[in-house]
Amino acid sequence: MEDMKDVVLNYVIEEYLEDEDEEITYDTPLISGGIVDSFSMVSLKRFLENKYKISIPDEKASPEAFDNVNSIVKVVKEYV
Amino acid sequence: MAYSDKVRNMYQEQLEELKEKGLFKEERFIHSSQAADIEVEFPRGSSTKKVINMCANNYLGLSSHPDVIKAAHDGLDSRGYGMSSVRFICGTQDIHNELENKVTEFLGTEDTILFPSCMDANAGVFEAILNEEDIMISDRLVHASIIDGIRLCGAMHDTFKHSNMKHLESKLQLHSDKRLKVVITDGVFSMDGDTAKLDEMAELCEKYDAMLFVDDSHASGFIGKTGRGTHEKYDVMGKIDIITTTFGKALGGASGGCVSGRKELVEMCRQKARPYLFSNTIAPVVVSGVLEVLDSLTASTERRDKLEKNTEFWRNGLEEAGFVLKKGDTPIVPVMLFNAKLAQEFSKELFDEGIYAIGFFFPVVPQGQARIRTQISAGHEMHHLEKALNAFIKVGKKHNILGKSKQEIIDMFGL
Repeated sequence: MEDMKDVVLNYVIEEYLEDEDEEITYDTPLISGGIVDSFSMVSLKRFLENKYKISIPDEKASPEAFDNVNSIVKVVKEYV
Repeated sequence: MAYSDKVRNMYQEQLEELKEKGLFKEERFIHSSQAADIEVEFPRGSSTKKVINMCANNYLGLSSHPDVIKAAHDGLDSRGYGMSSVRFICGTQDIHNELENKVTEFLGTEDTILFPSCMDANAGVFEAILNEEDIMISDRLVHASIIDGIRLCGAMHDTFKHSNMKHLESKLQLHSDKRLKVVITDGVFSMDGDTAKLDEMAELCEKYDAMLFVDDSHASGFIGKTGRGTHEKYDVMGKIDIITTTFGKALGGASGGCVSGRKELVEMCRQKARPYLFSNTIAPVVVSGVLEVLDSLTASTERRDKLEKNTEFWRNGLEEAGFVLKKGDTPIVPVMLFNAKLAQEFSKELFDEGIYAIGFFFPVVPQGQARIRTQISAGHEMHHLEKALNAFIKVGKKHNILGKSKQEIIDMFGL
């Protein structure tokens, strides 16, 4: 099974990066770094919920908790 | 006194910070009517200078047209100056109703409601028609007023990459379980001058049972064969569920806006949209001016045809001179300079040559995409455009950017 970290990373690259040359890692700040705006975060949350058949409470999907791939995976794993 | 030195200092520091970052905005005072030729006081306190205006939203050159001014005078005489009431108490005149009907006819919709501005229309419309069970899916480059309206609405919000139909379709699929879906876009994007692919969007909305919202503020009056807007250009008149637009640009340029579209949605705005409920509507003098504008645009396409010709001349002239332009066919023609400092200097040197055109840079446009945004008007005569073109070429030559590619300009000036 594809590593969850890579699933999230690939989704973020595909979904949010406009510049193909831009590189991000598991630790790159996404929201505070201006890559993902807090508006667009909703699609990431819904994508993860659909993919892993889970439901993440809104208060758990805070901009802080969703700020990098590592912390997103941590949140998702609580509900898988 | 609650406004202590500590508070004052805090704000002063914030303002200083804006200045240091080059983000501090200063107004330039115009001492004449809005037109192709204007008299500008800049910097503040200096004597006025006659310049050609290349950055107004005065697309049809109607802001100071004698017929519009006369109609406004007549409206002032017959209906007075102010209403001193919101619409639903005692702030609605027959001419407000007349204008709503005329806009409905002009845009080819079912009904229309006036708002004090299009900013207010966009701020109020989503909250009036959607709730937590719904989803708003917007293009990532929509206007700031739409973003504000989205923020004020309890429905879920998602975005799609600018004009990327494949991405939009994936979002419509992702959110297929929502009660109502609304796809939101500008008709003409004000920074790049490109148009939304409304034909493809209407098709996707049909397929996925979504409503389509278009802000046509930079299109109403001149885009499309008879100037009805972006929906006319893409042959989807009658298929847009909500159009918002402004009277503060091509349609006389004074102020005011509206929501036009499906009659139930318009009625919901009349019952629930807060900027409509809690603010006076457009002043009678402005309503009278806009009525005249719509009559003249319905009678003849002469002005939008002239604008199209002017735009073609301007775009071709800049291209032949060797500038890098954003592709498009609207009167918004961005001259790409990429570097913010270069854009600022270029604008200043154009002003010295008698041409008023503003530099745009981050955060108004993305980092590394600084530009001079030029806007063409039917009020421009050939001598205005020729003089402006010569000035652009002169300043372009000085900076040695003519004929240079994007990469060459970036290599010379940095991002």
